[in-house]
Formats: sequence, structure tokens, C-alpha cells
Amino acid sequence: MLILSLFVCCHLATANTWHVGKGKGLRSVNAAILAAANGDTILVYAGTYYEKNIIVNKKLLLKGIGHPVLDGEKKYEVISVKANGSVIDGFTIVHSGVSSMEDMGGIKIYDSRDVVIQNNILEDTFFGIYVQYGKNCTVQNNQLVSYNPEEQQSGNGIHCWKSDSLRIIGNKITGHRDGIYFEFVTNSIIWLNTSFKNIRYGLHFMFSHNDAYIANHFRDNGAGVAVMFSHGVKMYSNVFEENWGDAAYGLLLKEISDSYIDGNTFIKNTSGIYMEGASRIHMQKNLFKNNGWGMKIQASCMDIEVTLNNFIGNTFDVSTNGSLVLNSFNRNYWDKYDGYDLNKDKIGDVPYRPVSMYSMIVEKNPPAMLLFRSFITSLLDKTEKVIPSLTPEALKDNSPLMKRLF
Amino acid sequence: MKKIIKYVMTDILRNRIVMIYTIFLLVTSFSVFSLEDNDSKGLLSLLNIILLIVPLVSIVFSTIYVYNSAEFIELLVSQPLKRKSIWLSLFAGLAGSLSIAFFVGVGIPILLYQANAIGGMMIGVGVLLSIIFVAIAMLAAVLTRDKAKGIGVAILLWLYFSILFDGLVLFLLFQFADYPLEKAMIGITAFNPIDLSRIMILLHMDVSAMMGYTGAIFKEFFGTAIGMVISFGVLLFWVLLPVWVATRKFNSKDL
Repeated sequence: MLILSLFVCCHLATANTWHVGKGKGLRSVNAAILAAANGDTILVYAGTYYEKNIIVNKKLLLKGIGHPVLDGEKKYEVISVKANGSVIDGFTIVHSGVSSMEDMGGIKIYDSRDVVIQNNILEDTFFGIYVQYGKNCTVQNNQLVSYNPEEQQSGNGIHCWKSDSLRIIGNKITGHRDGIYFEFVTNSIIWLNTSFKNIRYGLHFMFSHNDAYIANHFRDNGAGVAVMFSHGVKMYSNVFEENWGDAAYGLLLKEISDSYIDGNTFIKNTSGIYMEGASRIHMQKNLFKNNGWGMKIQASCMDIEVTLNNFIGNTFDVSTNGSLVLNSFNRNYWDKYDGYDLNKDKIGDVPYRPVSMYSMIVEKNPPAMLLFRSFITSLLDKTEKVIPSLTPEALKDNSPLMKRLF
Repeated sequence: MKKIIKYVMTDILRNRIVMIYTIFLLVTSFSVFSLEDNDSKGLLSLLNIILLIVPLVSIVFSTIYVYNSAEFIELLVSQPLKRKSIWLSLFAGLAGSLSIAFFVGVGIPILLYQANAIGGMMIGVGVLLSIIFVAIAMLAAVLTRDKAKGIGVAILLWLYFSILFDGLVLFLLFQFADYPLEKAMIGITAFNPIDLSRIMILLHMDVSAMMGYTGAIFKEFFGTAIGMVISFGVLLFWVLLPVWVATRKFNSKDL
């Protein structure tokens, strides 16, 4: 035991640096890993390496100099990290294997903690960066591009499963199935990422509690962003843009509770937010601009508090599918509000009903969209405003703001 | 023929009603753009003007004008002129002057405030609607001898195209809600130039909502280059058909 600990100590004290590259002594990364001990550094110089599967089973700092290319030849998982505290920095990883039996990643973390994956470029990988049973890991400043047009043939960009305390920061993801995918991941943060033109969702949450995603940009994804079956999710200052299609939502919330949606921007989506079975959600200071539907709140939602938001230039501000309303709207700015403010307190004196009758009609009978903005439909809308019959009586903003908030 | 067109146009453009119409359009357009805080709301108000006021004024004014120039037409017919060219010149004069009135009244403010695809579409569609309703008015005028009856028919036609037709379509939509009507609806819009114009503008104005399930079908048709050509073709057809029928009627009409 003593000898062993001495052995380890010696090695820690004299962490070696191994050089891999043409004319650098070692020619392959695998050989360097074999030779290295815990705590060593392996520097890989520019070039293309066909290493099959690289298994990092020691605590190593793997650093690419001048973005060396690791090629998986469309057969292998490129890097498998199985040691705590490893760092993978500055590689270009291309052509990982595609398999329907196992989830091959460009870089995959197995059951490890404190791993850092940073500054890598991943191209044409099945799954990009895959974290499985990871803890306190960091994935930052990576660029992930995939070209597979088929949803079944394509994996997720950053896929995290049964992990805790992850930091996903400043990555750029495009062309994957889901940009970022979280399942059973808790206490994690997703910050400053850009996820665009992915086949399905830009960000996909399942059973992931107490996570935060902040200041990310989601644009033009097949179906927008989906947050499902989770509680305690914080969504701050994100931008959801140009998610077009009948089943595409800026943000889809399904079975979400005790969450916060603050300061986000929803622009030019077919539906800005779609909520189903959501409860106890605070929505504040969001901007809904030029969407087809600003918000679709199904009757299965309750205790949603919508306050101090801007609704500007949406075709329909809010729509719903029933008459039951257990949510509250207060002090929002609606550009379609045509009430007055006699006592000049900047709050309109008559309530605003954000659900227009025509949005109810379109909900039931979609082809009726064809008659939108015709004289007869505006007539129906005006009549409905005076005597509400189809639209839910309780869905109204009792104190609509006269001026835009921000 | 050129001389007649020139005479008709100067006669109409000097007409007080057309002057008032132009000024009305100009004032509303400018006020709509300068009063509303965002331009898209301004466009929305203009849309209603284009879809309601422009057809109404075009159809009523043209019908009355044709009846009032009965003596002038008789005079021309007694000259060595083809009836066809007299009638077509009358049409060209009316259509030209009302288009100019529309362009000055609505087109210029749009070009000043909203010189983009929506604005361009609105101007194009507005001019076409003016011409279409002149054509329909001339058909109504040539079919009925009595002036009061003719004006009544014109107003009824306007009412039908701008309100009743949509009501009918809405009714059909609900009656046949269980059937896939999306494609059929595209066909149905061809029967009403106002609806067709509205959808063409809508596709630019509410593009996000139009990308929804049903909207996507419309977008797929109207949004493509071929769809655009077809829709403009249908609108042109709405000019040519009434003019052709009216000219034939006028050729054999006992004045």
C-alpha cells in the first residue's frame, strides 16, 4: 500500500507532457494514452488521425494544437471518456459511426465527473457530445455540425442523460436531430448557446428538474423548443425565432410546473408559446412580436401568471381550446387594445380580451383561416367583443397597459 | 379610339366626385400611417379601405357614369366608329382614371411609408380591383336599361363580393367541417376577386400564422411563383370576362 501511494505521489509530482504528431516522437493518440499516467498532458499536433476508438481511461489533459482531425471513419465512436477530471480541448472530430443499436457519439462521457469538453469542432457525427451519468461536467465553446437529413439517422447535438450539475456554455449546434437534449438531468445550466436549423427541436427537455437556460438563441428549428415533464425550470432572456409550421412552437411546454419564463423574446413563430398541462408558471417581461399566435394556452393549464409582457404585431395574441380559465393576465401591453385611460394612470380602464372570436373559430376549423381579415370576420369579432359568447369570459387582462413596456 | 379615351379620362379626372375620392383616399392613407404607432396596423386599416371602399366607389361611379354618358355614346355611335372601340375606350378611360385616382390616393402614401413587398402587393392588388369593378359595373350597366335598376344591381354585386360571398363560404366551411376542404378552398377563392386579393396580401402580412397547417397549404400554392402567376391570371380573367361579355352585349344593343 505504501509503495503504491508513493508511486502515485511521484507521478503526480512529475506530471509528464506527451507530444503526438509527425516527427514528435509518438505517432498515435492511443499510444500516448497507453504510455501516460494520471494527471499527464497529451499534446496532439495538427494532422489527421485514424485511431478507431480512443478511450480516455486516465485523468488526462488532451489538447489539440492547430485543431488536429480525429476521424471515426463512419464506424467508431471517436473519443470515449471514462476517467474523472479529464479535459478534451481543441480537436476536430469528424465522421463518427452511425448505429441504431448503440448511441455513438463524437465524444461520449461515461459515468464520470468533472470532465471538461471545450473548443472542439464536431462535423458529421451521429451524436455530437454525449454525457451519460456525468456529474459537474462542462461542455463549452464547441461547434457541432451534422448533415444527416433523416430524423432516424441523426443523433442529438449535445445529449445529456441521467446527469447532474452540468454546464453547457457557448456552443453552436446545427443540423442534428435535437440541438441540445436533456433527459433526467438536474441542477444544470445551459447558457449562451446557439441552436439553429436542427431537424426536430433546438432544445429538448424531458424529466429534467431545476435546470436553467439563459441567453440562448434558438432559430429555425424543425419544431422549436420543447420542455416537457419537468419542474423548477428557469428560462431567462432566450430568443426563440422563426419556428414555422403547424407543429412548430417557439416554446412548447407540456406538463411543466413551478417554472419561470422571464425576459425572453419570441419573434416570427407560428406559435410563440404553446402550453399544455402546465401549472404554476410565472411569465414576466417577455416580448411576443410578429407571431401567428402569441400564446396558445390549453384549458388544461392552471395558475399561469402572465404579467408585464409586450404583445406586438401578432396575428392572434392568445388562443385557447375551452372555456375554463384558471390563469391570470395582468398589466401586459397589447398593441390591439383600443380602450381608453381617463384617469391617466397608464392603465386602460376597460379590460382587454386577448382571445379573439376568430381564433376560436380557426382552432375548431383550420381552413377558416382563409377568411381571416375579411369584412364579415371583423364584423363577427366586433360583435363578440361587445357580447362575448364563444370566447372564454374569464380570459382577460383587467389592467392592460397603455404604453409599451420596453 | 385614343381621342375617345383621352376625352373620357379628362372628363372623369375633372369630375368632382373623383377628385373627392382621391383626396379622401390620400387623407385617410396619410392619417392612418401617421396616427398609428406601428406601420403594420396602418397597413391593416388600409387593407380594409382597399377591400371595401375601392370596389364600392369603382362599381357605383362607373355604373352612373355609363348611364350619364348615354347621350354621348349615342352621339359617338352615329359617327363612323366601331361600337367595339367606343365601348372599349369608355372602359379604358374609366379604368385608367380610377386607377390613377387609387394610385395617387393610396399608392403614394404606401410608397412613402411602406415601400416593401406588402406595400407593393397592396398597390398592385388595389389597381387590379379598381379595374375589375369598372369591368363588372359596365357589364351591369349594359345588361339593364333602367338607371335605378342598374345602380341597384351594381350595389348588390358589390355587397355579394365583399360580404355575402364570405358569409356563404363560412357557412360551407362549417357544414363540411369533416371533409378536407383546404384544396377546394383555394379553388373557391377564384370565384371572388376580393377574396383572392385579400389572401394575396394576407400571405405577406400574416406570414407566421399562415405557416400553420392550413395556411401552409395556401402558402404552398399562393406563395410560389406559379401560384402568384395563376392568382394574377385569375384577377386578369376577372377583368377580361366581364369586358368581353359587355362588349358583345353592347355590339347588339338597341340604344
